[in-house]
Amino acid sequence: MSILLSRDTPIICQGFTGKQGTFHSQQAIAYGSRMVGGVTPGKGGSRHLDLPVFDTVVDAVRETGAEASVIYVPSPFAADAIIEAAAAGIELIVCITEGIPVHDMLMVKHYLAGSSVRLIGPNCPGIITPGQSKIGIMPGSIHRSGKVGIVSRSGTLTYEAVEQTTRLGLGQSTCVGIGGDPLIGMSFVEVLALFEADPQTELIIMVGEIGGRMEEEAAQFIQSQVRKPVVAFIAGSTAPKGKRMGHAGAIIDGNAGTAAAKYAVLEAAGVHCVHSPAELGARAAALLEG
Amino acid sequence: MNLHEYQAKRLLAEEGVPVPRAIPAFSVKEAVNQARELGGPAWVVKAQVHAGGRGKAGGVRVVHSVAAVEKAAQELLGKRLVTAQTGSQGQHVAALLIEEPSSIARELYLALLVDRGQARMTFLATREGGVDIEELAATRPEALIKLVVDPRSGFLPFQARQLGFQFGLDASQVQQLTRIMQGMYRLALKLDALMVEINPLVVTSDGRLLALDAKLVMDDNALYRHPESDELFDSTQQDGREITARQFGLNYISLDGNIGCMVNGAGLAMATMDMIKLHGGEPANFLDVGGGAAADKVTQAFKLILSDTRVKAILVNIFGGITRCDLLAEGIIQAAAEVGIHLPVVVRLEGTRKEEGMALLQESGLSLITADGLTDAAVKAVAAAQG
Repeated sequence: MSILLSRDTPIICQGFTGKQGTFHSQQAIAYGSRMVGGVTPGKGGSRHLDLPVFDTVVDAVRETGAEASVIYVPSPFAADAIIEAAAAGIELIVCITEGIPVHDMLMVKHYLAGSSVRLIGPNCPGIITPGQSKIGIMPGSIHRSGKVGIVSRSGTLTYEAVEQTTRLGLGQSTCVGIGGDPLIGMSFVEVLALFEADPQTELIIMVGEIGGRMEEEAAQFIQSQVRKPVVAFIAGSTAPKGKRMGHAGAIIDGNAGTAAAKYAVLEAAGVHCVHSPAELGARAAALLEG
Repeated sequence: MNLHEYQAKRLLAEEGVPVPRAIPAFSVKEAVNQARELGGPAWVVKAQVHAGGRGKAGGVRVVHSVAAVEKAAQELLGKRLVTAQTGSQGQHVAALLIEEPSSIARELYLALLVDRGQARMTFLATREGGVDIEELAATRPEALIKLVVDPRSGFLPFQARQLGFQFGLDASQVQQLTRIMQGMYRLALKLDALMVEINPLVVTSDGRLLALDAKLVMDDNALYRHPESDELFDSTQQDGREITARQFGLNYISLDGNIGCMVNGAGLAMATMDMIKLHGGEPANFLDVGGGAAADKVTQAFKLILSDTRVKAILVNIFGGITRCDLLAEGIIQAAAEVGIHLPVVVRLEGTRKEEGMALLQESGLSLITADGLTDAAVKAVAAAQG
């Protein structure tokens, strides 16, 4: 078992014939992902990487039965692409694109509210179920199938956790990079719920960051709903206040945006916190052995 | 992107929000002219910087003669204003706002911003204007009133009526408040604003509502669809290195320590700073070279770090995913040759083709300190900076 993605999931790529779409689709195919086609408006009817190209997502879904889509289109067009995929019946949308305007994401969030569509990202590395399938830009080679579920707001910190759990022989069930933007699709809580229900996952590593309230919500959820051990690291203990987020987030959140505040609520919820990302794997191994 | 008070108030006025009579000035001569144009007997001279806390820092002065306007302008223009929000360096004052004083009966706080958790535009208000809103949120969150805007309807007047009557405003003032909130909402949508803040929103002694000070933050990701933002951008308010970094597609933030950092990925860059601190050092900067860091980007990143004379050691921390470590090592060697680095450089490479990358670095003859793992890298960088 795994969550969200298996070797059988049929996947299309939006922005398929572009540089990013081409490169990462090649990597995905080489990894074993079941890529069934792609979408580039105006290139429908042609073939790319030996797969069919469609003008619209609706066409691609009708012809291929695609259930998941990965989006590499540039940021000005990304919100349109996400909603196009949702409107066409795609159930799992992974948006890699960085730099989508916040007001565009407000529209996307409003559109998806109450629907069963799952959006991962934007501004994320994607999702991988090691040994089966990957959707996104993570290097497949560092992963091994195993028992740790990883969920993270940061790409490279996910890779750190993956490398450590692979080296220690624990492996990963599924790794989900939920993205570093202020407005994203799936939250920590939604992914934690899936890991809790997944029999292959024995322990969860969660990598958070300063800003927002997602870690606080996760702490509450873990306390009441998660029986599996959770190991967490929060990046940004030393980040200067207000530098990137401006005042807006800080005002809404009161004191909840800092790493110290997030660590405090996670500790209180029984989460095993580490203050160095280098200790994520070792702590996970100790808990699984103990 | 932050806007100045005078820009935010001009944009709000265009949406029908009442503001005091005021004219910006960019020189002492202009300040005198604007004061004459407005007429006396009193004026408020306000330094235009992208930071709050100006009043307490002497950046807002009430004066009673044109000569005093001139003197205040001379004292403020071209100087750096240090407020509680600027850090010790302060912010450069390139513009003033010369304003007619208002007689204030009451001050309120009103802001419109994006609530991340709810993914909704949300108005935030308090009965007490001119306050430190972050402190209020921390100490007395019950004093904050939140009005969430439903995207199906957009902002509606009933929400302004709820707020206005709760604040004890009379019927005419509630009407004014409605127009102000509608104007803020229109402006936020029009400009892709992340925040429109009026602080304080005053009730004058003759019962009118007036936006005395305003702040507006535009979404950097949406600037491409706002060509007018070029005119609103003020480079004097930014750290020079941060501007250079942006030109080369690097994400750089200047800090106060002495260990320069070059990292790929924002999360790892933040974590690298955390680890330096954890092991007793102080990071000089946050620097994310991004994915696929090519040789020219690495070179620019080194130049940027070295332009900070406080830097005593450099830590390069790369997790090569799709980016191959051997290519990155070549980038580092090329950059070192081009820039000429005379400081200790600690390099930690992990991921794809790590061994090949490390071998290249060792064969290069550069006096690099190689590290194995995150902890080793942080410890070695801290030791190197201490000399």
